[in-house]
Amino acid sequence: MPAPAIDLKASSMRPFLTLQFLGGTPASRIVVGLAIAVALTCYVMTIAWTLAMSFTSSTFLPDWDFVGIERYVDLFGSSRWSVAFANMFLFGIPFIFLALALGTFLAILIDQKVQGEAVFRTIVLYPLALSFIVVGLIWQWVLEPNFGLQTAVRAMGWETFRFDWMARSDRVIYTLVLAAVWHSSGIVMAIMLAGLRGVDGEIWKAARIDGIPTWRIYVSIILPMLRPMAMTCVTLLAISVVKSYELVVAMTDGGPGNSSDLPSRFVMQALLERANIGTGSAAAIIMMLSVLVILLPYFVIELRSRRR
Amino acid sequence: MTTQPNLAMRNWNQRVGRTALYLVLILACVAYLVPLVVMVMTSLKTAGEVQPGTIFMWPENPSFDAWIKAWSQACIGLDCRGIRVGFWNSVMIWVPSLILSILAGAILGFALSRWQTRHAGLILGLVLFGAFIPLQVVIYPLIKMAANLGLYNSFAGIVVVHIIFGLPVLTLIFSNFYVGIPVELINAARVDGAGFFRIFFGILLPMSRNILIVALVLQGTGIWNDYIVGVSFGTPDIYPMTVKLQTLVGSQFGEKEYNVNMAATLLTSLPPLLLYLVSGRYFVRGITSGAVKG
Repeated sequence: MPAPAIDLKASSMRPFLTLQFLGGTPASRIVVGLAIAVALTCYVMTIAWTLAMSFTSSTFLPDWDFVGIERYVDLFGSSRWSVAFANMFLFGIPFIFLALALGTFLAILIDQKVQGEAVFRTIVLYPLALSFIVVGLIWQWVLEPNFGLQTAVRAMGWETFRFDWMARSDRVIYTLVLAAVWHSSGIVMAIMLAGLRGVDGEIWKAARIDGIPTWRIYVSIILPMLRPMAMTCVTLLAISVVKSYELVVAMTDGGPGNSSDLPSRFVMQALLERANIGTGSAAAIIMMLSVLVILLPYFVIELRSRRR
Repeated sequence: MTTQPNLAMRNWNQRVGRTALYLVLILACVAYLVPLVVMVMTSLKTAGEVQPGTIFMWPENPSFDAWIKAWSQACIGLDCRGIRVGFWNSVMIWVPSLILSILAGAILGFALSRWQTRHAGLILGLVLFGAFIPLQVVIYPLIKMAANLGLYNSFAGIVVVHIIFGLPVLTLIFSNFYVGIPVELINAARVDGAGFFRIFFGILLPMSRNILIVALVLQGTGIWNDYIVGVSFGTPDIYPMTVKLQTLVGSQFGEKEYNVNMAATLLTSLPPLLLYLVSGRYFVRGITSGAVKG
């Protein structure tokens, strides 16, 4: 007797197999199904793999020998990671603060109905079109103590001028701040300028009639209204800090020594050069967690506004 | 009577204020431009002219020798064919990545916004999650997957990675754009018997000019400027221009040829800079589109 053929129509698996739970039409179902498959494989499974590896003793090759949180203990016990992890804050906090302050300041200036606004905007924004590799190489050249700024200023007569932060392991991280602010303050300017343009003209009229000085109107009324834009900027910049890799590779390559190392570079080296997959994965997971922590306030606000 | 001097006073104050405003703005612009100017000046100098402390000086006899050397003669590793090798590699990566990633983002954006796809919000959330993943977290398993599929060290592999990680932002900006298209338009076409792809290519794509330019500029600069994908999924034969540049500058022994390095750096920045200057407002919309809804 032939085995009974599986009746697909009657099978309870059918809606799943034909992706009918997605609605739409067969063509759109294939598109959406493919996207889900890509997202699950390349975003979710890959993270799960790295998470699993961070709990193993893997070194040169992936190895499913689970050792609990040993890798994380190793990681935070190592001085190299401590430097890289601390640098994320030493670099990130002044960078975010300065980029936000400078970008907002420039947005306010440009918002004063200036002539040639397009020129000013174009100049402030052009560094954003450059690769971080390029940004790093430019600033390495300008700040190199012997060739660059320091010697140039001395040659102009100020012979005691000192700016050798590129060569000083306790200051080098702030040269990255300088380069990153130069690159990214434009995006703050653009977002804040859009915010300023969106402010109701009536508010300005009312404040003017009351005779409040312009700077007070900005500080007490306008800027507090732009808080959501500022928060967007901070989130955007903070995520770029965690991801920041090319800049440090091109500008200092982590040096002198490893004093300007960042988690992103630490992970790349551990995984691909120092054959330490367990520790590298643990460090990568810390990077992922950092991003999630940055996004947390966003989710909280989103949830709250939905509940209302 | 007393209002006369007051008015004059106010006028004068205003004029001082405006002058100060322009002065500060111009100063800021100079500060933003200095690094670029230093680079251009250095690249036009001869090797002998690149001396300590001369970064702010004009080249005595401006020449494009360093540019020519950077483009076609500079040694990157053992390969002395200059940065142009990287340029053509970047073109090979750039063109298919750009076309395919934008197409993928647009089609998915349509499916998740103006089509009766169920759970669209949830699926969009899943795809958007990709935008927040630092590549370091997924790079090792992805390299392994690429190797298993025979995609490691191939242009195709790098293109696929660009498509996968361009998808989140592109899907977001296209679905935000398509939400604004009247649903009647699509329903009418469906009544006429047009399917998903007919409607996408026949109705939506021709209406997408502006958002296509935004996507083109966003991805165009992003993919050209990529370093980490190129360096991780390729070997020197297929390295894009940014990786070649970093290798050129980082691997010189002895006397560094700063003029050649700066010329190579400028050559690498020219395509995205031109794209930026040509596109103007679209660039700003592109870089803020992920951040500002709509």
